[in-house]
Amino acid sequence: MAVNSITARILARASGKDRVEVGETVVAKVDKVMIHDVTGPIALDIIDDLKAGIPSPENLYVFLDHYSPSPSISASNIHRRFRIFAKTHKVANFFDVGEGVCHQVMVEGVVRPGEVVVGADSHTTTYGALAAFATGVGSTEAAYAILTGKLWFKVPEPLHVRLEGTLPSYVNGKDVVLSILGVLGQEGANYRALEFGGPGLRALSMSDRFTIANMSVECGAKNAVFPIDDITVNYLEEFGILPNSSSLSYLKPYEVESPHLTLNLDALEPMVAKPHSPANVVPVSDVEGVRVDTAFIGSCTNGRYEDLLIAAKILKGRRVSKDVRLVVTPASRRVLVRALQDGLIKILLDAGAVVTPPGCGACFGGHLGVAGDDEVVISSSNRNFVGRMGSPKARIYLASPATVAASALEGCITDPRHYLE
Amino acid sequence: MSLRRIEGRVLVVGDNVDTDAIVPGRYLTITDPKELGKHALEGLDPAIPGKLKERSIIVAGRNFGCGSSREHAVLALLGAGVKAVVAESFARIFYRNAINRGLLVLEAPGARQKITDGDKLVIDLERGVLVLASGETLPFKPIAREVLEIVEAGGLVEKLKKELHHGGR
Repeated sequence: MAVNSITARILARASGKDRVEVGETVVAKVDKVMIHDVTGPIALDIIDDLKAGIPSPENLYVFLDHYSPSPSISASNIHRRFRIFAKTHKVANFFDVGEGVCHQVMVEGVVRPGEVVVGADSHTTTYGALAAFATGVGSTEAAYAILTGKLWFKVPEPLHVRLEGTLPSYVNGKDVVLSILGVLGQEGANYRALEFGGPGLRALSMSDRFTIANMSVECGAKNAVFPIDDITVNYLEEFGILPNSSSLSYLKPYEVESPHLTLNLDALEPMVAKPHSPANVVPVSDVEGVRVDTAFIGSCTNGRYEDLLIAAKILKGRRVSKDVRLVVTPASRRVLVRALQDGLIKILLDAGAVVTPPGCGACFGGHLGVAGDDEVVISSSNRNFVGRMGSPKARIYLASPATVAASALEGCITDPRHYLE
Repeated sequence: MSLRRIEGRVLVVGDNVDTDAIVPGRYLTITDPKELGKHALEGLDPAIPGKLKERSIIVAGRNFGCGSSREHAVLALLGAGVKAVVAESFARIFYRNAINRGLLVLEAPGARQKITDGDKLVIDLERGVLVLASGETLPFKPIAREVLEIVEAGGLVEKLKKELHHGGR
């Protein structure tokens, strides 16, 4: 049976076939490969060991983002190695510390609809919001794709999610994806392609879509795809990419007879994932009042301009609770500059936030806001596993930037809708 | 991976063991398997790295290895002397990483219920079964053809070497 999914259509084209079946193994041409300073060194070991040249360095994207700027000698030495590697192999797409989190920069005019992109990072699924096939791989497979320009994939079974209605105020993409995770569970989409559709797509900005595609991996999805529509096209045009709409018709929204999951956006509330799983999801009202020590806004999930904007809206003219540290990490240089120009950074600083340079630091417990023993964190990032953000004794709650901002003000988990004007 | 038979004592773990539990983020500037091995599964229980000195097979529940794509997770287990992971199911990136690095990963529904922490276990690859401490045998799911090709080549890097040297497709 032919597969009704954009994922299958992209994989068929990339492997030179008219059509592919679910479960079929294809060897697909890979358009772009991404590695960074945590997963990259293992790929570099392999490339060095093989003494292999990189056939198409223009397809390789290298990021120093997890330790940005470096907090340790060991990280600095990794960075030195990458800089030499980039020069030796003439890697032009080299993003040194301060440029931003790989996934954010990759959607700022790099990834194009219909492409096959692999990244040595699980949140590579983010780029599926641009109607691309994008998935996370290990370092060895990244090295393989860098050296051969191809990789094998099993065509995933689609899991169709139909969205209806429109989002209420102070409810956004994070609440959508947390709701989905709550329904599907931590492995509910294992090996599958989340394919989004329905009239509710119109209610989702690109920022919302990136957040949803990003966290799709938390229910095990291999990838996530949003079809291309006016919102996608307008976004790409901002970066000077003018998609040829007639040649991209295979990426447009399509009808699905019986979606696996239907979500009514009108009925959504702000959601929170409790410790220690992103799928341990409840409405914010269930956890309101839980005292927090640290609030974090940032990461590839929710460190975009729109995220800083909604946080600034809530924080403007107010002051973060004296018992809470609010750390804000813009996801990229571009995001930081725009937030600076529009006055958002000043609002955040005036409210008592610590604003850090762009990078992955706090989200993975690297630096710039590491959680201590018994601390409670409310975070706009993507994972709340034991020890994810630092001490294994810390407790992490995941929520939208709006919920994090409201909670930072109150000193405890708070429904952002209390700040609706 | 010419091993036909793997034998060892078992460490039993639960469902959804994530890669932060297998190797916490603070160790990610390390890439040496031996060094990483000192912290294997430390996120789950700091006593585990010590236990792994005499346990070489992990028996897990559902969705083992979920979370990050960090290959360090596989390297840490290998570095700690783990030869195989038997689970109800695996998260996909971990599964591919394991195959690519030569860590045997087997799906055996129902195995965890029948195996106790510290048990002796034999993995008989030729017969496709686990031999439990009681002598009972339990089948594991056959390994997919495309996965077996990588395993037979000795891991993805070996396959890559052949392709680069023969200008293979």
